Amino acid sequence: MKKTYEIEVDCAACAQKMEDAANKVAGVGTATVSFMTQKMKVEFAEKADPAAVMPEVLKACKAVESDCEIKF
Amino acid sequence: MTKKQKKTLYRIIASIACLALLQIVLHFIELPILLEFALYMIPYIIIGYDILLKAFHGITHGQVFDECFLMTVATIGAILLGLFTSGEEGGFLEGVAVMLFYQIGELFQSVAVGKSRRNITALMDIRPDYANIQNENGELEKTDPDDVEIGSIIVVKAGEKIPIDGHIVEGTASLDTSALTGESVPVTVQEGDDVISGCVNITGLLKIETTKEFGESTVSKILEMVENSSMKKSKSENFISKFARYYTPIVCFLALALALIPPVFLLVAGKATLWSTWIIRALTFLVISCPCALVISIPLSFFAGIGAASSRGILVKGSNYLEALSETRIIAFDKTGTLTKGTFEVTKVVPFGDITEDQLVRYAAIAENYSDHPIAVSIKKYAQNCGQLSSEKSILEDETIPGKGVRVKTSECEIYAGNDRLIEELGLAAGEDETSGTIVHVAADGMYAGYIIISDTIKPTAAEAMRSLKAQGMRRIVMLTGDREESARQIAGQLGISEFKAGLLPGDKVDEIEELLSDKKGKEKVAFVGDGINDAPVLSRVDIGIAMGAMGSDAAIESADVVLMDDDPARIALAMKISRKCLRIVKQNIYAAIGIKVLIMILGALGFANMWMAIFADVGVMVIAVLNSIRCLKVSK
Repeated sequence: MKKTYEIEVDCAACAQKMEDAANKVAGVGTATVSFMTQKMKVEFAEKADPAAVMPEVLKACKAVESDCEIKF
Repeated sequence: MTKKQKKTLYRIIASIACLALLQIVLHFIELPILLEFALYMIPYIIIGYDILLKAFHGITHGQVFDECFLMTVATIGAILLGLFTSGEEGGFLEGVAVMLFYQIGELFQSVAVGKSRRNITALMDIRPDYANIQNENGELEKTDPDDVEIGSIIVVKAGEKIPIDGHIVEGTASLDTSALTGESVPVTVQEGDDVISGCVNITGLLKIETTKEFGESTVSKILEMVENSSMKKSKSENFISKFARYYTPIVCFLALALALIPPVFLLVAGKATLWSTWIIRALTFLVISCPCALVISIPLSFFAGIGAASSRGILVKGSNYLEALSETRIIAFDKTGTLTKGTFEVTKVVPFGDITEDQLVRYAAIAENYSDHPIAVSIKKYAQNCGQLSSEKSILEDETIPGKGVRVKTSECEIYAGNDRLIEELGLAAGEDETSGTIVHVAADGMYAGYIIISDTIKPTAAEAMRSLKAQGMRRIVMLTGDREESARQIAGQLGISEFKAGLLPGDKVDEIEELLSDKKGKEKVAFVGDGINDAPVLSRVDIGIAMGAMGSDAAIESADVVLMDDDPARIALAMKISRKCLRIVKQNIYAAIGIKVLIMILGALGFANMWMAIFADVGVMVIAVLNSIRCLKVSK
């Protein structure tokens, strides 16, 4: 399953950090973050529940970039 | 400005006010050093608390080396130095000022980037917000396009976007397709025509039966493609993110070395030295080194380049393809439908004997009256344009002669129209012609009347596009076609293309592409331009597959890397131009930013650059780089 989320992030380097962090979360197949469109695209692993995975993704992103935001 | 930006702005104003007040007070009254330190801490905390927190947060989460860390170390270092040397070296003011200017720079960057981000996305703003659906009472209701089922009737009023692909069941209108194709001439549509989403209805009222879901409609596909394009990163972008990863730690260690090695060395050599001098230089070095100018300007340049291209009907699927486009030196074209219109037109009329040109055309049009063959259609169209399409329907007999042509008998005469064999059979002497294309002979009342040549016509902009590509340094331009040798030669000649391969089967085209790929030198790339319908294997084999005339064709959008919404070859030259400009700006930014930084870093290490120059190297360079990348948006036609 593939979903797109709106995000808030301040700089391109921070977006890159969020992408790296999100990719390490269990249940995430591949995640890509675009600073320019302020969007995060997540392709979930099989049988993963986005509602359960996304809070983890947000947590992981907050750890590397404290003032980022993901709307889900 | 966003809330966050406004907050930063207020903090900047507050700390400047605080700092100014403090300067006035200190001018008149001498305060004890500790009190002075405490007073300077007020503006410092106001302006820098989030940076300090972020740096602390970074350290605790294993993300040590980032710009917040650099700024924290540099400013705290300067302040502590001021405290220990009683304000003789470094000092409180410089520490606070560095933080202040850093924040001003960040604010500017955030506003500038946000603004250009919005400018670029506005170029690509083709997303329809709603679809009008008629409810039971006959009233229009605004509905989310996602909820409209296939086969629903939607109403599009003047000034609205067509939200979903479909065909018109009622009404006529002019459509503005410029958001999709970059073409400014409106298209007129009427009942029965297919329309694609994203076009704007300028006049009239349309009732459209949808043929696709919103998610499958052209506008959704395009938006998805453009949004994904910034996810596919170019080599330059990857280089920068890798560079930033190693750069910051290296700079930190260099700064540490600068603070320790020279004084120790001088001490060992028995010379007098000031630790504080070297520490100040090390701190200056740190401020200069922030990599943000690069990290922000490179993706911004690519995004602006892709935005500029898509506003002209050129969809580039990723920064990597924009980069590859600028490195293209070998380009291959499909002929039919790409360089030529792919439709037949009368290109030559040669009457014989007493017959006039008009008469010949009239005879041919009468003969082909009942035929729907593409050749017949083109003759009738030509006749109509010359005013020779007779309205008299006095045809008495009409017969098709298989493989040869047609025979028609009217109240006035008997007309034959067909190929060489037909004329031979009639026992007449046919005229001969060297021109490529299909020849149609006409005989009337047992006399040879002349012939008409029908051929595919070259697109009006094709020759100019080839010239422009050559001027942009294409090493080889090759035309590949399944057509006959003579007609390929003629078209290539007219376009000024020196290389062509004719009589190719679809599989042969891939072999030809392999040959071109093996001819690449260094970083060169090979591009192929086709109509995207039967070129899928070739499009996916080359470095950059370019599909044209892709409006509404899903297959082309899937298989190509660059999609031209209309079928104008001039767009290819334009796409190259945009990609080259974008890459030129990217290189300028990389070289200028790294160059200026390294230069000032060296000056800083030698003691020629102070904190103020360091701030310029950081903030100033970034501002210049961001402004430079915005230039990617503007490309002259």
